[in-house]
Amino acid sequence: MAELNIKERQAGDVTVLDLDGKITIGEGSVALRSAVRRLVEENKKKILLNLAGVGYVDSSGIGELVSSFSSVSREGGQLKLLNLTQKIQDLLAITKLLTVFDVYEDESSAVSAFK
Amino acid sequence: MTNEIVELTLPSRIEAIAEATAAAAKIANRLGLSETAIYGVDLAVREAVTNAVVHGNQQDETKPVEITFINLAMSLVITVRDKGNGFDPTSVPDPTLSENLLNPTGRGLLFMRTFMDEVEWTAHPGGGTVVRMTKKL
Repeated sequence: MAELNIKERQAGDVTVLDLDGKITIGEGSVALRSAVRRLVEENKKKILLNLAGVGYVDSSGIGELVSSFSSVSREGGQLKLLNLTQKIQDLLAITKLLTVFDVYEDESSAVSAFK
Repeated sequence: MTNEIVELTLPSRIEAIAEATAAAAKIANRLGLSETAIYGVDLAVREAVTNAVVHGNQQDETKPVEITFINLAMSLVITVRDKGNGFDPTSVPDPTLSENLLNPTGRGLLFMRTFMDEVEWTAHPGGGTVVRMTKKL
């Protein structure tokens, strides 16, 4: 079984990636990077990462979230986070990245926050 | 397991990181640490071994990563040694400063210091770097 499973769906013009598993150095980080890169190439630049199924992230995974945010922003898009588990929320607080990411607890609010 | 010492020698590849964290979690669990503390030890070991594999040994599989878990009476001490060219932790910029927030790397040391009670780096006389992390029991 893959370290990180990613399912893609549309909510209006927002692409939601439902992530399930771990975002850690190696396979998990690479899978996320590839998925976000592909969406940007397909001109899908409103991206909502649903992290409800992600129970474990290391510093490489946090770095991948930051890189994804930066690369989507650079291309004129937006990347937001949905349904943080407590562990990820704690890591984003420790790293002060809660000041960087737009974070939502319910999908409809997140989707309507995209411009 | 008073004063028990567990030693692991792993090759410098990404897959070894999970092996090290599994051992750490098993030992922390056996010592009766809380679920939160076990998670912290697991993550700190993950970051230390990642640094040893990726930065210290540059994923050169001929260079091992040596990990030691020592159960002292009041603490669990974990050491991770690489065979790299040395490491100065003060050279890593503070990732929480606003100018560094968007850096993709540089948060591993912060996690190690956050989840362990003491973390220190020393140069090993035989070469490489040793990070020593202590979790109070």
